[in-house]
Amino acid sequence: MTKPKLAVWKFASCDGCQLSLLDCEDELLSLAGEIDIANFREASRAVVEGPYDLSLVEGSITTPHDRERIVEVRAQSKYLVTIGACATAGGIQALRNFKDVKDFISIVYAHPEYIDTLETSTPIAAHVHVDYELHGCPINKKQLLEVINSFLHKRKPDIPSYSVCIECKRRGTPCVTVSHGIACLGPVTHAGCGAICPAYNRGCYGCYGPKETPNTESLARWLRGNEMISEEDMLRLFRTFNADAPAFKKESERHE
Amino acid sequence: MKKTDSPAACIDRKDIDALFAALKAEGYALVGPTVQNGVIVYDDISTAGDLPIGWRDEQEAGTYRLKKRGDAALFGYNVGPQAWKKFLFPPREKLWTADKTRHAIAFHPETPDAPGYAFIGVRACDIHAIRVQDKVFMSKNHANPRYKARREKAFILAVNCGQAAKTCFCMSMNTGPKAEDGFDLALTEIIGDSHYFVVETGTEQGKALLDKIPHRAANEDDLKSAAACTDNAKNEMGRKLDTTGLKDILSRNYENPRWEIVAERCLTCANCTMVCPTCFCSTVEDTTDLAGNHAERWQTWDSCFTMDFTHLHGGGSVRHSEKARYRQWMTHKLSTWFDQFDTSGCVGCGRCIAWCPVGIDITEEAAALRTSDGEKND
Repeated sequence: MTKPKLAVWKFASCDGCQLSLLDCEDELLSLAGEIDIANFREASRAVVEGPYDLSLVEGSITTPHDRERIVEVRAQSKYLVTIGACATAGGIQALRNFKDVKDFISIVYAHPEYIDTLETSTPIAAHVHVDYELHGCPINKKQLLEVINSFLHKRKPDIPSYSVCIECKRRGTPCVTVSHGIACLGPVTHAGCGAICPAYNRGCYGCYGPKETPNTESLARWLRGNEMISEEDMLRLFRTFNADAPAFKKESERHE
Repeated sequence: MKKTDSPAACIDRKDIDALFAALKAEGYALVGPTVQNGVIVYDDISTAGDLPIGWRDEQEAGTYRLKKRGDAALFGYNVGPQAWKKFLFPPREKLWTADKTRHAIAFHPETPDAPGYAFIGVRACDIHAIRVQDKVFMSKNHANPRYKARREKAFILAVNCGQAAKTCFCMSMNTGPKAEDGFDLALTEIIGDSHYFVVETGTEQGKALLDKIPHRAANEDDLKSAAACTDNAKNEMGRKLDTTGLKDILSRNYENPRWEIVAERCLTCANCTMVCPTCFCSTVEDTTDLAGNHAERWQTWDSCFTMDFTHLHGGGSVRHSEKARYRQWMTHKLSTWFDQFDTSGCVGCGRCIAWCPVGIDITEEAAALRTSDGEKND
């Protein structure tokens, strides 16, 4: 039986999510035993041509060139899974969506005429059909393995979309908002990180994006009403790596 | 547990360590309240020095803060975010593993990990909560062997509350503040001219333990002091829940507009269910290794506030709205729990009020439903 072929693709991103795959040090050999890592330029320049059974796509669409390239990637991929906040929500670079990108280009680049960019940074799903989205900035390597593992065994990935609070409570971390008055996005944020920040007495800053049915308005009202955060910081809290995820976007606009 | 007829005794503050040592000598693993990062949690303890000495807690809806008491009380605080279910019904537990060989699959059940816990400082509301979970996990036909093994070995050292939080309402639920039974030993802390504990014996094991440590018989003044301590907790009781006819009020108000008001606030984050000492829902996760030769089944705490909880194949979630999920939780606690287990699912500990990140208050919601009984949306 031939092994399924895996490809890893990069769009506008920092490479952190695809590095999570290389970060699976203990599992990498057994992974290579089950799947043919056919196209992964971060790991090897030896590239086996497509089509591919599974494509992992990192990064957002920010240029006309990438807008065309993702269509080609989709055409070569039987299953396409997007990984990370850039690919699933547009990433930190989606902050441009709230401004006029031309203003940045003239400030940042000595020769703006060389820059060919889109007005917005958008998730992959805004351009092509996506079979599964794995959230996080960066993604959790155990969850990445779970996605690949479930693909190999033809089952649904066990990736819950409930709140970070459930992860806090299961690991025994008392709520930092209730006990210390720290503004925390845990109640509206997608689980997956294992509730790292509250375990170090920090509020969650939402790097896994909105959870299922996120009630951001109620949380924001409570945090503001109890003076845990300023209006200006509230805007910033919702406008980071998942700034353009619809629920966070809508909430941040309430605090403009 | 059967109550013994042993008369009350007194233990001096300095002999609490002798009590703990005697428990350890019996082979118990001591777990009890201790301060971690500004919160009283339940964890391994060894001596009285590990207890939250001199601390009290200020609790309100959505707020919990530790403050200094100004004395050296060992148990001068109320319940925190954790419940004893953390030990009896752990958040994550392996149920079985399976290995595939060439021609067969072999299943290996996990042997219940059952240390003999000594629970130090169990409050009356939590004794009732453990009993509620006993009904779920130790029923004749559907016992959970892991829970049962841990529960049957556990030693319960109760503490009668001498104070109450603003979120407490055990008096409304008839679960406290004094532990009437369900303990091995129960302490009431007296701080006056001397610092000591009035001890009641609940079981033969408790009596045997007491006999191993220095103690004296309690006199009338000691019992008066203990009663005054309980009275103080009663006077400080911060909340009330009128349970008169409440079961029926909830069952006839599924369409009450109040559910929409609370749903606007509810984050469906599941904190209330995680901190609740009676919430018992769990889910199972199956994992495989990459080669598909080894599988494991794990049980984890689940919550009726998640979408997955009522997910039906092909049909999405039955309780997709926030309203439906909050209504389910509260109606189960205060109404349908009676149908299912012949008891209230709420013991009045107040954890869900204090640890709701936006301060939703089950007593306030129940009162609002009572006031608006029968109202319906058009």
